[in-house]
Amino acid sequence: MTDHQISRRQLLAGTAAAGALSLTGFPARADIDWKKYNGTKLEVILAKGPRGDNLQKYIKEFTALTGIQVESEQIPEQQQRQKCVIELASGKPSFDVVHLSYHVQKRQFEKGGWLADISGYLKDPNFTPPDLVESDFSAAGQQYAKNDKGQMLSLPWSVDYFILYYNKELFQKKGVEVPKTLDEMVVAAEKLTDPKEGTFGFVGRGLRNANMAMWTNFYLNYGGEFLDSKGNILTDGPEAIEATKLYQRLLTKSAPPGVAGFNWMESMASFTQGRSAMWIDADGWAPPLEDPTASRVVGKVGYTLVPAGPKGAFSSTYGDGIGIAAASKNKEAAYLLCQWVVSRTQAARLLQAGGGVPFRNSIVNDPEVAKGVKTQEWLKSVVDSAKISKLGLPVIIPVAEFRDIVGAALTATLSGADPATELKKAHEQFRPILERSEKA
Amino acid sequence: MSTITETSPAAAETSAAPEQQWHRPTYWPFVLPALIVVLAVIVFPWLFTIWMSFNEWKVGSPTTFVGFANYLRLPNDPRFVEAVGHTIVYTALSVILPLIFGTLAAVVFHQRFAGRGFLRGVFIMPMMATPVAIALVWTMMFHPQLGVLNYLLSLVGLPPQLWVFNPATVIPSLVLVETWQWTPLVMLIVLGGLAAIPTEPYESAEIDGAGFWQMFRYITLPLIMPFLFIAGMIRMIDAVKSFDIIFAITQGGPGSASETINLYLYSVAFVYYDLGYGSAIAVVFFLLIVLLAAVLLYLRKRMLWTEIGGGA
Repeated sequence: MTDHQISRRQLLAGTAAAGALSLTGFPARADIDWKKYNGTKLEVILAKGPRGDNLQKYIKEFTALTGIQVESEQIPEQQQRQKCVIELASGKPSFDVVHLSYHVQKRQFEKGGWLADISGYLKDPNFTPPDLVESDFSAAGQQYAKNDKGQMLSLPWSVDYFILYYNKELFQKKGVEVPKTLDEMVVAAEKLTDPKEGTFGFVGRGLRNANMAMWTNFYLNYGGEFLDSKGNILTDGPEAIEATKLYQRLLTKSAPPGVAGFNWMESMASFTQGRSAMWIDADGWAPPLEDPTASRVVGKVGYTLVPAGPKGAFSSTYGDGIGIAAASKNKEAAYLLCQWVVSRTQAARLLQAGGGVPFRNSIVNDPEVAKGVKTQEWLKSVVDSAKISKLGLPVIIPVAEFRDIVGAALTATLSGADPATELKKAHEQFRPILERSEKA
Repeated sequence: MSTITETSPAAAETSAAPEQQWHRPTYWPFVLPALIVVLAVIVFPWLFTIWMSFNEWKVGSPTTFVGFANYLRLPNDPRFVEAVGHTIVYTALSVILPLIFGTLAAVVFHQRFAGRGFLRGVFIMPMMATPVAIALVWTMMFHPQLGVLNYLLSLVGLPPQLWVFNPATVIPSLVLVETWQWTPLVMLIVLGGLAAIPTEPYESAEIDGAGFWQMFRYITLPLIMPFLFIAGMIRMIDAVKSFDIIFAITQGGPGSASETINLYLYSVAFVYYDLGYGSAIAVVFFLLIVLLAAVLLYLRKRMLWTEIGGGA
């Protein structure tokens, strides 16, 4: 399927290039009038992180190509989300281009009608180079970027797959095999735990809200689905209880003390100190783990898939996109910027820096691009995860409430509360919120 | 300079005439700026908040008037009820502990000893630091494996604690930070009170054979009571609306074990974007603070007039 799409796309690209050459005598690139919006000024609001860095680092190239001036600012994720929502809701946002987190904001942005429809630009050769086509984005990316009517409201920028990081040295020392299933993982984690030496088998998010991103991967692998056909939330069913029992056992028996307050940062600290043998989190942490100035486990880290559950083998998936504010007066120039952000050059740079994984199949699967990636084992885990990718959170408006309320229930199980009771209590609290927000 | 003095008599004469005609509202120009500011930044936002609390208002959706529905949600919202409990415990502890330690510190620093000025300066340093910066430092100190607090405990043979990472100890741990930071404030206020106490009662008490504790209990404490009330009220208002330290250290966690009304309010309004419900919480929260302040003020008045006959 993928191969077929790529070859068709390549054919398309080839035809367009050939056509352009024969008709005009110019290279294919001349199809886009890059300088048409010369002198336009764009404002971009970014969430702080490697994706924003990647944009800012090379933005001069875009300005040289188009003459468009770009003012961008990076704001820490939480604050950036709040600022965007408040400004977009006001109807007069101070920015033209917005960096959004699909797993938190998709439904909210669609419902608010805050993003411009870019389907037209994407199909228009005057705006989009021939190698950038909708079908090149992975299924998750298309699902994230399109609304119910099939309109593209943003371009999928960077995807996060959950993967398993493990410390090869600790595994060898205890003679433990890398687990392939969740059951094996629990056993391995307990074998690897040695409180006398201060080493633990597993570390991961225990902090309310943040922990949901890891827990949902267990839930999916136990065969759970988030919503039924009527939009009712299902995360207190038998799969959820099993997933929570696993979560509870892992984080209470083989994780460092205090894990109930750990987000990815604390988990990473424990892992880079060589204190934890396994860590499940998003795929973006290879650079710090392999950085000799910040990590004691350089060269000892293994990267692989999240172990399979009894009824599923998935990698829970989250993602960022870049879109244009519906209220922007510079939509065409803004689109040129958006397509440059996900362009081949920029996306390859993002992947090679380890700062994110592009949604575009043609880039992730390109051997030329792969050569530039420092940690090949990491790249393999990402490419394999892409094949088993599944959205890691329900696509609903009150995602934040969902993560807070159910996440608090999970954290409570770490101090001994019963999983079934806590989940039931949490859902009694969450259901009315969901009903209220979806009917409004 | 000289030109001003030369022209000023003439200017005064010309301006005096219209001033007499405009006799009545002369004070208005002086009151008006303050009035506008108060109306714009205090009264209007308050009325607007009250109005919002009667609406179902989610960012991105149209608003609908729902009457008291948001208020009726409050008692049935377990997170809100829990948050009220957390707020009460947190506030009580972070008022009482700084009052006790601050008074003790004030009594110590009221004595004359070498290096007193320097030590006083050192003692009030926590108060000068930014709460968020403090919070980040304490977060590191609380870390169960890498934190210095568990190391200190291990030196005296105590087992490691989970501090802010355990629902059972999170509030006391946060109160520790709050106490550390705000004890100096209480100390300063009480020190002012101690300085105002005359020496005669102590002299006569000494002649009567009173001990240190008796003098403290029957002379010092009643005389500094008005100051303690002031300190208590300032601490109470600060503690009840405390946000920065809790947010930076635990964000209300683990789970929701340290979520106070203020943190919940923040989540509802700015993370869930439920402005109507958030406003209802804000209104209730405000009434709670007013009520607490009123009770303290009332108690202080009684103290003043009955026990020491109008001191302070």
